[in-house]
Amino acid sequence: MTAAMDPTDVDTAHFGRFGGRYVPEALTGALNELDAAAREALDDPAFQARMDALRRDYGGRPTTLTLAEGLTEEGGGARIYLKREDLAHTGSHKLSNVLGQGLLAERMGKRRLIAETGAGQHGVATATIAAKLGMECVVYMGAEDCRRQHLNVVRMQLMGAEVVPVESGTRTLKDAINEAMRDWVTSVEESHYLIGSVVGPDPFPRVVRDFVKVIGEETRAQVLERHGRLPDAVTACVGGGSNALGIFHAFIDDPEVELLGVEAGGEGLDTERHSATLTAGSEGILHGARSWVLQDEWGQVRPTPSVSAGLDYPGVGPEHAWLRDTGRATYTAATDAEALEGFSLLARREGILPALETAHAVVPTLRRARELGPEGIVVMNLSGRGDKDVDEITEVLRATGQRVPGMESPA
Amino acid sequence: MSAAGARVAPATGQVARAVRAANAQGRAALVVYLPAGYPDMATSQACLEAAADAGADLLEVGFPYSDPLMDGPTIQAACQVALDQGYTPRDDLAMCADLTQRTAVPALVMTYYNLVWHYGGVDRLDHFAADAAAAGLTGAILPDLPAAEGQPWARAAAAHGLDTVFLAAPASREQALDAIAQVTTGFVYATSTMGVTGARTALGADAQPLVERLRARTDKPVCVGLGVSNRAQAAEVAGFADGVIVGSAVVRAAGEGGAPAVAELVADLAAGCREGHAAR
Repeated sequence: MTAAMDPTDVDTAHFGRFGGRYVPEALTGALNELDAAAREALDDPAFQARMDALRRDYGGRPTTLTLAEGLTEEGGGARIYLKREDLAHTGSHKLSNVLGQGLLAERMGKRRLIAETGAGQHGVATATIAAKLGMECVVYMGAEDCRRQHLNVVRMQLMGAEVVPVESGTRTLKDAINEAMRDWVTSVEESHYLIGSVVGPDPFPRVVRDFVKVIGEETRAQVLERHGRLPDAVTACVGGGSNALGIFHAFIDDPEVELLGVEAGGEGLDTERHSATLTAGSEGILHGARSWVLQDEWGQVRPTPSVSAGLDYPGVGPEHAWLRDTGRATYTAATDAEALEGFSLLARREGILPALETAHAVVPTLRRARELGPEGIVVMNLSGRGDKDVDEITEVLRATGQRVPGMESPA
Repeated sequence: MSAAGARVAPATGQVARAVRAANAQGRAALVVYLPAGYPDMATSQACLEAAADAGADLLEVGFPYSDPLMDGPTIQAACQVALDQGYTPRDDLAMCADLTQRTAVPALVMTYYNLVWHYGGVDRLDHFAADAAAAGLTGAILPDLPAAEGQPWARAAAAHGLDTVFLAAPASREQALDAIAQVTTGFVYATSTMGVTGARTALGADAQPLVERLRARTDKPVCVGLGVSNRAQAAEVAGFADGVIVGSAVVRAAGEGGAPAVAELVADLAAGCREGHAAR
């Protein structure tokens, strides 16, 4: 971009043909307000300083970069590093987003935060920041997800948030987003919708990206410091896509760095029981943006079963659709079985219990490391910790009779 | 869109004419929403015909969508019943084709943008518009398509003689209202309040100022919806708007008592539309 270019001439609402703002007119004013507030805030050194201080002193940033010696050995190829977002406050990459948006809400004079959540990590992060900033918090969570992630429901309630189980539609993340938007359209004067991923109508995908891209900025500096060069590949799991875009974004202009996103392949892409939107979906419009969608031939959104509630989403952020379209990033899928294998490998070889979402990225990361050979460097985003998933894993093993090393199926 | 650049098909304008015809007879137009396929396809058609016979001036036929984020619990639940029976937009259009043969009251489709855009494939606006026109529909209401993103649909609709309806909200800024006025060919759908569909005990005070702001920038009819459920509320809205839109209350009647219950409620609402307009 040249200095002479008028920023209003740049179409920041779209990523190529993706993105945009397909929402009821009633929300247009609030989206314009958010857009303006975000632009001003990011240019305001005082805002940046407050956010940086909270990230550091409250959130635990920068997160460390761990050399995964056990995984590297398992892969038998490139050196594998883990970007340890599980060590950030609340146990996942989510805090960077909610911290930024919470401060924006404060700047806009809004004292009530609305959020949707799938696995509960974003809900917990939002409840956390609401408590820290002294705001009211309402979290919409699919009734099915409330059951699967009961521990996170309790965590949110302990921090003073109201958790509303959503009984409509498929009773999962997409329905929680619908319900959050219905709340927002009714309460837009006093509420900020703190969306949990790089999805939704403009400017959300851009605003969220700008708050999570710190993950990749840190990673880039950390790898350069240790190796004097950039990694060969950066990998991450993709549901809505915020942890992936967070670690990818700082590398987009480095064509030598391969970007690999891993979606939830569920029971396999040859079945209808998966959440692999970019790998097996089609273009469509969902939750306010044009992107890729898991839908039938008539545009009805499909249920998206996955072992991990956090990836159980039939859409994906529009910037990922654009990265896929331009070939800058590639996307693949890992099945439920591969995710459990990845979980087991991280647990047994690294002493890390990852979130089931995160665990999807492990097997494709090992595969890529093997292909790159011993001179290579791969960074996988360890986007969250897995304490919340222990009950769910136990249940899956019981239901499927699957055998995973180190995980005995309970009798 | 420049008017000179668009191909104006002969059929556009039916929706506005229907509202103006009612106004010329001394009443606000009554616009009635019912979803296709609720409680089943045959009954939904019977209910729509009953509404037309009982005094509706325009029919809105909802095509159920999996993620209706502008709808409250009543319409969500009704649409889910229809979806659970496996009806597709093609079935909904087939019902409309028969409906529009059997009643002279103009009918519009009301649905969400993805069903139009992804009509049997990717980027199929033109195919949907062609099939909707072939089914005798006169326009479309797409509540999640704001005027700012509305040009591709406006072009497809114009090419097939369909009228467009865009929504305006109390919080809409002047610039947004200008865009809505420019791209609307049917009527402007003014939402009475900030919220989703559903019956409310009291209408907010926001509707009338919004109608006046819209009148200052368009000669198209302005109809008011969201929350109107009975004769008194219809009369209240008819006192300042060109048309009154009723959805959830009629849907509830359809579910509870089928076509006879719909006819009874619509007749009552139509009386409200006369009373309110007469009291101006």
